[in-house]
Amino acid sequence: MGKKTIFDKIWDKHLVHEEEGKPTLLYIDLHLIHEVTSPQAFEGLRESKRIVRKPNLTFATMDHNVPTLNRHNIDDPISAQQIDTLVKNCEQFGIKLFDLNSPYQGIVHVIGPEQGLTKPGMTIVCGDSHTSTHGAFGSLAFGIGTSEVEHVLATQCLWQVKPKTFEVKVDGKRPKGVTAKDIILSIIGDIGTAGATGHVIEYRGEAISSLSMEQRMTICNMSIEGGARAGMISPDEITFEYLRNKPNMENIDNEIIEWKKLKSDNEAVFDRSLKLDASKMSPQVSWGTSPGMVSGINNKIPNPKNIEDPVKRKSVEDALIYMGIKADMSITDIKLDTVFIGSCTNSRIEDLVAASKIFKGNKVADNINAIVVPGSQLVKYQAEKLGLDKIFKDAGCEWRESGCSMCLAMNPDKLSPGERCASTSNRNFEGRQGKGGRTHLVSPIMAAAAAINGRFIDVREYDIDWEDY
Amino acid sequence: MPLDSANVDTDQIIPKQFLKRIERTGFGEFLFFDWRFNDDGSPNDSFILNKNEYKGSKILLAQDNFGCGSSREHAPWALRDYGFKVIISTSFADIFYNNSFKNGILPIIVDSKLLNNFFKFSISDSSYELYIDLDNQKIKDLNNEYYFELDPFRKKCLLEGLDDIALTMIHSDKIDTFEKQYFRST
Repeated sequence: MGKKTIFDKIWDKHLVHEEEGKPTLLYIDLHLIHEVTSPQAFEGLRESKRIVRKPNLTFATMDHNVPTLNRHNIDDPISAQQIDTLVKNCEQFGIKLFDLNSPYQGIVHVIGPEQGLTKPGMTIVCGDSHTSTHGAFGSLAFGIGTSEVEHVLATQCLWQVKPKTFEVKVDGKRPKGVTAKDIILSIIGDIGTAGATGHVIEYRGEAISSLSMEQRMTICNMSIEGGARAGMISPDEITFEYLRNKPNMENIDNEIIEWKKLKSDNEAVFDRSLKLDASKMSPQVSWGTSPGMVSGINNKIPNPKNIEDPVKRKSVEDALIYMGIKADMSITDIKLDTVFIGSCTNSRIEDLVAASKIFKGNKVADNINAIVVPGSQLVKYQAEKLGLDKIFKDAGCEWRESGCSMCLAMNPDKLSPGERCASTSNRNFEGRQGKGGRTHLVSPIMAAAAAINGRFIDVREYDIDWEDY
Repeated sequence: MPLDSANVDTDQIIPKQFLKRIERTGFGEFLFFDWRFNDDGSPNDSFILNKNEYKGSKILLAQDNFGCGSSREHAPWALRDYGFKVIISTSFADIFYNNSFKNGILPIIVDSKLLNNFFKFSISDSSYELYIDLDNQKIKDLNNEYYFELDPFRKKCLLEGLDDIALTMIHSDKIDTFEKQYFRST
């Protein structure tokens, strides 16, 4: 009987070379690149007179620097230079680029699955830590540094030390209002931001397999926030159905036969295991400066006095000062300035549909500036076809063009010092959304409810059809 | 230099506004920018990098989970450019750990008791010095020496300054063979 995990199966299939005591040389099926972490890699190739080994296995887009208003007029000359550099590099080395004129441009982790580039069983890398998103399809997908980007361009391979495996089993049925975002925030709250360092997580259990593909992407996306190298979910009928409508699927029926083998064997042993119960989870809000600092909506901010470990106590004290909130206050008493719905975590069509259900017929509070940023031009098109843009605009939100936007403040969308934001993105580090900005991570429906009320509120108070989300 | 914070993320090591350069050099002046400078651009005197007694330090002491967050290699570029050659902590985020070796920075993992001692000595006496013997995998001070674990392959690459891509090219026949079989079967 087999004893392999899905991770082991994909790893073994991509072995090019291994030697005792050395990292393994692994073949890479799909390499995604963007404008920020690739220029130095191409420069390295030119300096050493190397070529791209398999230009047809690398795809590029521009997302981090792209303005979501007036996208063709980039004021910042250094941003413009990075984007120009990507265009020139793709031309010189023969790489397919989804540029600002393409109807398929978008956040790299949104367009990979959208364009049918992401498939089960693949090894996928990108110079971006949220590459773990693609693991939702049962692929081994992880973020790499720029030296490794150069290495993949030149050799289509990577040296990797074999990570350990970590089973995170989430049983039970999600209560209404508890989304994939709340599940992953709960997991990170449980294991901590370094909880899965050195491991690849396989998410399993009823609460995971019942999720849609887009919800699974939200889960895998934030694996890195738990310190994991990658996160993955075995492909199943939901995966195959989702892929059936994507481009590049001419041979899908034969491929599905192979994809069905991509599951961990019954006797497979994981290096670590964790079990959680989704039925006990509630909508989550991060209150601190690290994604592990999260709490249920009806809880209070922790008091550092109750924390024994001095390093942890200091982290919480520092976080409360930076965030400008007090120990023991209720999360629902936190007043907001800004609401951001977008990012590679939560900017797909299902996220926008869900947020629109909360916004419909309501108005954004006077003190709130709310922006909704679709993950790709295709998502924008889909949303407009469904009339979501009108619902958002009627409620008082801004409706933007696709890009990374306010997730990381590398483009004009950023917070001012002291500004407080409910954000559907993935990181709440100090200054992540702009120097001095204060980020609270939440799901799209929690963000929408917060926008309407000007403060955090339990989204379960809204009477909507909870079945689809 | 003792940097007494846990979970230091790459957004702190090099804030995003400095990621837009298209070179690998010149990032040192932006290292820990938001902690290092006040809003008016003047140095924040209370931040450790601005304390004269630690200037010129080549070894950074850091608390748990150093380098978490984004995959930006700009983080080790900034640390190297500033002058750090070694970082000692109880743990590092995976991608940062990997990126460090590719840029001639040695991340050393030690247990928390030893790390706490280094912090204690270094904070109470800024002239306290550590020496790293990479060949023998030892951290030394005037009185003691401590062995640290290191992957032999990574050590060899650091000592010999090997170029990863050139190393891989040695195996290019294996990549050819792999591709021939792989693309026939898929």
